[in-house]
Amino acid sequence: MVMDNEAAMKAPVSFYGEEGRFKGIFSWIFSTNHKRIGIMYLVAILTFFSIGVILGILMRINLISPGKFISERTYNSLFTIHGVIQIFLFIIPGIPASLGNFFLPILIGSRDVAFPRINLMSWWFYMIGGAIVILSIFTGGGAPDTGWTFYAPYSIRTTANVSLALVGVIFLGFSSIFTGLNFITTIHRLRAPGMTFFRMPLFCWSLYATAWTQVLATPVLAITLLLIILERAFAIGFFEPTLGGDPILYEHMFWIYSHPAVYIMILPAMGIVTEIFPVFAKRTIFGYKAIAFSSLSIAFFGYLVWGHHMFTSGMSDTARVIFSLITFMVAVPTGVKVFNWIATLYKGSIQLDSPLIYSLTFIFLFSIAGLSGLIIGTLSLNLYLHGTYFIVGHFHYTMFGGAGFGFFAGLHYWYPKMTGRMYNEKTAKIAWLTIFIGFNILYFTMFILGLEGMPRRYFQYQPQFRTNHIISTVGSWILAAGLILMFGNFIRSLFRGEKAPMNPWGGKTLEWTIPSPPPAENFEKIPVIEHGPYKYE
Amino acid sequence: MNESAETTVRHRIDYTGAKMGMWIFLFTEVLFFGSLFLLYSVFRDKYTAEFHKAATELDIVLGTANTAILLTSSMFMATSITLVRKGKYGLSIFCQAATILLGIVFLINKYIEWGVHISHGIYPNSPALLEMSRGKIIFFSLYYVMTGLHGLHVLIGVFVISGTLLFTARRKINETDFVKLENTGLYWHFVDIVWIYLFPLFYLIT
Amino acid sequence: MTEKESQVQAIGPKAYIVVWLCLLALTATTVTVARLHLTAYAVIASIFIATAKAALVVTFFMHLRREPWILKIMLFLALLALTLIVLLTFSDVWIRYK
Repeated sequence: MVMDNEAAMKAPVSFYGEEGRFKGIFSWIFSTNHKRIGIMYLVAILTFFSIGVILGILMRINLISPGKFISERTYNSLFTIHGVIQIFLFIIPGIPASLGNFFLPILIGSRDVAFPRINLMSWWFYMIGGAIVILSIFTGGGAPDTGWTFYAPYSIRTTANVSLALVGVIFLGFSSIFTGLNFITTIHRLRAPGMTFFRMPLFCWSLYATAWTQVLATPVLAITLLLIILERAFAIGFFEPTLGGDPILYEHMFWIYSHPAVYIMILPAMGIVTEIFPVFAKRTIFGYKAIAFSSLSIAFFGYLVWGHHMFTSGMSDTARVIFSLITFMVAVPTGVKVFNWIATLYKGSIQLDSPLIYSLTFIFLFSIAGLSGLIIGTLSLNLYLHGTYFIVGHFHYTMFGGAGFGFFAGLHYWYPKMTGRMYNEKTAKIAWLTIFIGFNILYFTMFILGLEGMPRRYFQYQPQFRTNHIISTVGSWILAAGLILMFGNFIRSLFRGEKAPMNPWGGKTLEWTIPSPPPAENFEKIPVIEHGPYKYE
Repeated sequence: MNESAETTVRHRIDYTGAKMGMWIFLFTEVLFFGSLFLLYSVFRDKYTAEFHKAATELDIVLGTANTAILLTSSMFMATSITLVRKGKYGLSIFCQAATILLGIVFLINKYIEWGVHISHGIYPNSPALLEMSRGKIIFFSLYYVMTGLHGLHVLIGVFVISGTLLFTARRKINETDFVKLENTGLYWHFVDIVWIYLFPLFYLIT
Repeated sequence: MTEKESQVQAIGPKAYIVVWLCLLALTATTVTVARLHLTAYAVIASIFIATAKAALVVTFFMHLRREPWILKIMLFLALLALTLIVLLTFSDVWIRYK
């Protein structure tokens, strides 16, 4: 497998042209090359994202005029499947499995991840899990209608096809665990000579923190969902009050995973924008260690705040106060990060290209998300706002405005490196503007709806909410148009884009020292690292 | 740690890396079974007296025997690695075979135990169980789920060790390349540890 | 460094047999203690003994003793995570079930 040195010096073959054991499609789906797996993940993830978006738009269409287009039962299935797809199939694997897979080994100066075959297996588990989830929509007692949280005891009693969907999600969980396990070992074992932990690009730090969360939280989800399947099959009764069980325990165990999962989604996005700011401001990152440690402490505190999803569940008051307190503590490392990003831009020579625009948008939208998070993290306010559209608005700002825009920023930043082509910058900016406008119309209206008392997940509503629902739906169309423009730009540029140079943005990290697209083994010769990653002065 | 980075990829197996991967996998198992122990402790807190009563229906002798069996198998497993490293392949294969055998005996005991309960009409959702108190229902559900998942891990272990045994026989596992066996050992010891906790929590709380 | 050590040094079978005997002795102890019907203390005693046994298995059979320090920290991290989620869950149920 080691490249012939003489041939390599003349013209390094990109990983797209690599001669492997298999030909055609098999050279992809059986490839253990981290770059091919990253691209496969990317294609799959964006496909599922598109399906999720379509489901979301259908929900919004129903809310213009409830009952006219879609039945109640279908609506319940729509928000369930929308949630399951966007959470488990898009945003949790999103950045780590696609961009992380592609760039982590390159950024630390390695030829591949520690366990290439487990990496491939992770992709297969992801695809199997995704296929099972999709299958569950069309088979058995109908698509799941529980909401993506699968709360007991309803998820135990409903006749819908919940068990199959849960099997799919468990597969996705294992896929996520394998990715995490791989990344931790890769970062510990495969750094290039001289690449100490504190010389790693900060994206690697955020992936490292994410990987630990994946490893230590996902098993709890696996067992919890397995127990729901067993409840449905054998009536074991852990979460069924009539048999002596406790449904609140289900909420505990579900959120023990699903709250840390929020940090699985957001941390890599923070990592991406941390890569982008120094490059587009041509300045060294401000407060490297503070950012690195804030990633770790966000992961740590994020592990301990799941109870703030349960303030109205009937949990004890002591627990509610404790969880509310720890929730506020997460805001501190997040604030440290935002401060450092802004400080990095200060007095920089700023180059306002689309990766930076998306990163700035990330800060803006994520700040709204974080501040609205403080509102609902406050116990007293939560009691009023829980289960309203305010929550829906909040987590769409976090997931989509945060993790989603971070992902888009990363796509624009690394697109030339991954494909070897440049996208059309002007189109990218127009797409950004459309997405930004549509996004805020769609989701900011939800904050208002929530404050006015519109409950989430309702099929029908009081007449006074009608105007805002229509505004929100119009926003969803603008957003969709922007997304189509953005992806259209990417797809068109694959064929018509200019050839990308080795380093289009003037980046200083290792991926910009190798050709675009990278050769199969990344580096002809493993580099020796002598300084930190963002050396601009 | 770093200087070996380049040579480790594809040229030589990175032992520390491979073992680190296995340990991290075991951490996920810790959390997996840990969540079940969390459920157990919550319900035990809720139904303390009923758990004590229900536990009297379990067979201490079988439970103790199974504990001894798994501990012994663990000892054989650990020894088999030492023997491979000393090049004593025949003895190592013997030790691995003993581990497999003891694992199977453990599963047979488990089968007998479950069989007795089921013949008494005690299994999840059975009419006899539903008539009992809520604490007993939960106790037996926990018993079936936890020992069941543990038994599944034993079964997987038996298959994996059968694999390493074949590898050792073909010398694919040998003096210089034994990390597969070592990682299998780590897994098997972990399964043993789970039982070390399951045993007192179910059998000894009468 | 550590990598070479862990490859060269193997723990002899004799040590394993001693550990195995200790484990069996501890099993006998825990069964005996359970027979004494110490009620509340019985649980603590049996958890304590089980943890001692687990520690023996981890240290010797899984030879954590010989592994690099980073692995020990990782193990500590995993156990810490489990402990914290148990404690936080109990901050709810201890009070709610009373």
